[in-house]
Amino acid sequence: MDNKHLEAALEQALTKPLTHLVNLEHPLDFNAYVHAGGYMGATKALKEFTPKEVLTIVSNSGLKGRGGAGFPTGMKWSCVPSLQENTAGHSINKLENSYLICNADEMEPGTFKDRHLLEGVPHQLIEAMIIASYTISANKAFIFLRGEYHLAAKRLQKAIDEAYENNWLGAKIQGSDYQLDLYLHTSAGRYICGEETALINALEGKRANPRAKPPFPQVSGLFGKPTVVNNVETLSNLPHILKHGSEWFKDLSPHSDPGTKMYAACGQVKKPGLWELPMGVTIRELLFEHAGGMPDGVQLKGLLPGGASTDFLTEQHLDTPMDFDSIGKAGSRLGTGGLIVLGDKHCPVAMVLNLLQFFAQESCGWCTPCRDGTAWAVEILTRIEQGKGTNADLKQLEELCDFMWLGKTHCALAPGAVEPLKSAMRYFKADFEQHIEQGCCSYQKAKGELTTSEEQLAKEQRKGEHHDCAK
Amino acid sequence: MKTDNDLSSNQRIASVMLDDEETCFRQYLSSAEIAAIEHEVAIMESREAAGIEALKVVQQHRGWISDESLVAIAQCLNISSAQLEGVATFYNLIYRQPVGRFVIHLCDSISCHLTGYDEILQAIKGHLGIDYGQTTGDGEFTLLSNACLGNCDKSPAMMINAQHYHSLTPESVIAILNGLSQKVEPQ
Repeated sequence: MDNKHLEAALEQALTKPLTHLVNLEHPLDFNAYVHAGGYMGATKALKEFTPKEVLTIVSNSGLKGRGGAGFPTGMKWSCVPSLQENTAGHSINKLENSYLICNADEMEPGTFKDRHLLEGVPHQLIEAMIIASYTISANKAFIFLRGEYHLAAKRLQKAIDEAYENNWLGAKIQGSDYQLDLYLHTSAGRYICGEETALINALEGKRANPRAKPPFPQVSGLFGKPTVVNNVETLSNLPHILKHGSEWFKDLSPHSDPGTKMYAACGQVKKPGLWELPMGVTIRELLFEHAGGMPDGVQLKGLLPGGASTDFLTEQHLDTPMDFDSIGKAGSRLGTGGLIVLGDKHCPVAMVLNLLQFFAQESCGWCTPCRDGTAWAVEILTRIEQGKGTNADLKQLEELCDFMWLGKTHCALAPGAVEPLKSAMRYFKADFEQHIEQGCCSYQKAKGELTTSEEQLAKEQRKGEHHDCAK
Repeated sequence: MKTDNDLSSNQRIASVMLDDEETCFRQYLSSAEIAAIEHEVAIMESREAAGIEALKVVQQHRGWISDESLVAIAQCLNISSAQLEGVATFYNLIYRQPVGRFVIHLCDSISCHLTGYDEILQAIKGHLGIDYGQTTGDGEFTLLSNACLGNCDKSPAMMINAQHYHSLTPESVIAILNGLSQKVEPQ
């Protein structure tokens, strides 16, 4: 990054903290990152504050987890034994080791925000992990990276090596008594690894079945030791909160949820992309100003506001602010903040079928409601999409939504599958009924009528093959 | 690629196990493989925890995990081959069957579905004459589906070995495949 670019980037340091140093072509190396103000947050944490003081700063900032669930980060950390009130008299050495794990297993369909941060500014994550590890008194930390992110792996490993060379990792970091070893673990696949207890099992070399909670990982996690698992974007906020303070962080957003958010849009929009914006922009602003609106001749049918496992919203929700509370009140979840947009020329039943195929394939198979429920839903949806469904199928789907809901499954995967399914059956009821009443998919029919007979024949053949290869 | 419920696979592994009393894993795994596995063991401070990394190490050297490899790794890590098979068959990036020189992981998740996945799949299948889970007769290409690759802003997308490709069209995907099959060494 030359001086001109650096100056321009630094002008955005206070408004786009997460992405102002992102460079996807040539990410900043250690020296360039330091030159741009990097490692100042970690310096402050280590030299000026005790772990408990860092916890207070992060708690006061109101930072919530950006991995999907939106749990307050400070509250998550505060459950670690070394940060409990009654341990005030103990020195850290007497307490058990703890671990920090960065959840970089980004696999929520429609989500690509963490990849942007991992590839574009790897040192920011390492600085963030030093701060978080120091706070929870961890001497060992892992980045759990999904196996498909090869470029991110290369860049992170280089950044880790540089951090070791410059005494930001290893023993006696920057002359302090604090030691931290940081390792990159590249995963071997499966969506369920993003669930924090499944991730811990994967890191222990086991099948990634989620664990029963409690005990929560903060008390008994990796190898039975206190463990905090935080998302990439969540962690990446820490250097900036340390540097500029919790009040600054709160002021970034005009809404009750503080900070900025990596918002995205994909699917049927003019300009799919990723933008760091103040928390709480409306869906309308995100979709029409940043993502360029719908493609020509296509109207909005519906959208998933935060990845595959969130409820559909429709045109009536366009003025909803994209923050945890407002999206919740609208009947969905902010999730990962990435819009998946469906236009009116594409069949909503086919879209939901694709989503359920994903969840059925990625179910770990541990509990029956999820293992059988998701597969059963795929079977029924396939039938409906082919025009062979019945009204009894709709009833059965509704019943499945109940069987797979929260409290009846081992983890949140199946309830995550229910969210788009149930909401689609509510908002696109007429489409489901049309498939059953007319015995065909009107969207495929409409597409077919536009093509010549020859093309149509080819399409028919493809249609048959498509279902043969459905998993 | 899953062999979880495949009895014949379990029987195969059992038959390999009978022999392994005589053939130590040190004779089967190369010193480079063993060194890489031991490096992971040292990081995790547990032999069992290095299982997934060990599978990846051997796969990187040999392309896939054969029954013999599985038994050798299990022995090296001092865990049962049944336990390691449970792990190996759980994770989709561990190949328990031989794969081609180029493994195509075509993203079949929602953003790609909305932006032309069907056409890309048909183009690949038509061009290579294989379906999901199959390898071309010349051993060049294996076709697998993959959950969301995180290229949703540039869908449809695929990954071949370690390389991501995005903004695919039926024409561009065939050009990519043709380009690869002319390469002498895998990327």
